[in-house]
Amino acid sequence: MKRARILFNEETLNVTINNDGKVVTEKGTVLEEGSFTWLPPCEGKAFVLAINYADHAAELSFKAPDEPLVFLKSSNTLIGHNQKTYQPDNIDFMHYECELVVVIGKEAKNVSLESAMDYVGGYTVGNDYAIRDYLENYYRPNLRVKSRDTCTPIGPYIIDAAEIPDPHNLAIRTYINGELKQEGSTKDLIFNVPYLVSYLSNIMTLTPGDMIFTGTPEGLAHVYPGDEVIVEVEGVGRLKNTIISETDYLNSL
Amino acid sequence: MLHYKTRKNDQVINLQAKAPFEVALEGGLLPAVNGAVIGVALNDKILYQSLETQFNEKPHVSPPKTPVLHIKTDNTHIGYGDAIRIPSDMGAVFAGPSLGIVMGKKACRVTEETALDYVQGYTIVNEVSLAETSFYRPAVKAKCRDTFCPIGPWVMDATDLDSPQNLAIKTYINDTLCHETNTNQMVHSIEQVIAYISSFITLEVGDMIIAGTPLRTENLEINTGDVVMVEIEKVGRLVNPVVAE
Repeated sequence: MKRARILFNEETLNVTINNDGKVVTEKGTVLEEGSFTWLPPCEGKAFVLAINYADHAAELSFKAPDEPLVFLKSSNTLIGHNQKTYQPDNIDFMHYECELVVVIGKEAKNVSLESAMDYVGGYTVGNDYAIRDYLENYYRPNLRVKSRDTCTPIGPYIIDAAEIPDPHNLAIRTYINGELKQEGSTKDLIFNVPYLVSYLSNIMTLTPGDMIFTGTPEGLAHVYPGDEVIVEVEGVGRLKNTIISETDYLNSL
Repeated sequence: MLHYKTRKNDQVINLQAKAPFEVALEGGLLPAVNGAVIGVALNDKILYQSLETQFNEKPHVSPPKTPVLHIKTDNTHIGYGDAIRIPSDMGAVFAGPSLGIVMGKKACRVTEETALDYVQGYTIVNEVSLAETSFYRPAVKAKCRDTFCPIGPWVMDATDLDSPQNLAIKTYINDTLCHETNTNQMVHSIEQVIAYISSFITLEVGDMIIAGTPLRTENLEINTGDVVMVEIEKVGRLVNPVVAE
């Protein structure tokens, strides 16, 4: 089952996606793309892993961490599929980051490694944009880099965990304007899905809808206003968004 | 006016009172706000001065250029009278007395000059934390444990408070006054903090900013069996017992 949330006639709807990739409402109506707005498919705490792929750690000249390096995003930053992410003026390093996102399915506290996968409800795709110009060495990566309005596309939908028997062997790809720019595999995760669920649940209670962005492999590049960026996790989904300038963004408010 | 929340038959009920004595504090109050909670770290002058040498050393290298923000996730939020649950094997745990700034209007890119127009009111926060040895990496482990952010008992309307930037904050542990500070100790003012955050985060109605917590000395250490009370002049008192997790 694939589940999503959309805005349709100014109403938030929980919908499913049928085998043709079409959105179906709870009443069974099939909606055409363009007649609704994709929302983030879940609501909850948003955890993100920094440097959770060895190749990406090398790319950023970091050694792989001894324990998960986790930061948080606030809900303001999340947007759905097919939306626009603005690029602040006067910056040089806006990088996409294609990530497998784990969605928690039931309340998890002090969960063991062995049982951790029972708490995973499903998966979706995230694009954890970073404005590296704004990095500072305080609570790094700081919120100005990672938790900006419109800076974290997620979706289009959640696919049930049962349909992804092995989340640790999925190709990850980013395309800019159709050109493949980033490629990796979740088999290279430093801390895998059960480890992350167990680790976080030993700090705090995880609840349904909480998201764990599991990190990104190497292959970063700058994006420009007008670029169409697609991040894809094999078997999970393809998440598209478009970069716009700050001026266009402000005019859209 | 004071605004507070309670629960009846699994429904959240929003209530109002004109004066503190009208509020039944033993009635199981919920956190006074239910939006996103963003904290401003290193926003106390004494704390900041104590770290100035460290700021110029690795891994920080240079002092912060902008206010340092963190997120208190919703699992941390508890109401007046709820127990702060502390782990036994993670070292010392500290109270973090602070003013809470509650947004009353959606704030996107507001200026310092107009920032206060977006504030609904103020509340009391105890931003509980484990010790932090460095400010280099996000403090999820230290700050986001369940129950680590009592908020309440109410939100006091900004119109009822003349000078939010000059309020005494006192922390009592087991009825003993153990720490005093004042909102005039903020490095970045209330207006500056709102303007900065709203320059890239749209603050929604009900979102809250933890204005700034002081240097966590042993005076602020809390232990199982304690009762901790944060009092902010004119706003009220937030009381929570401390129990073992």
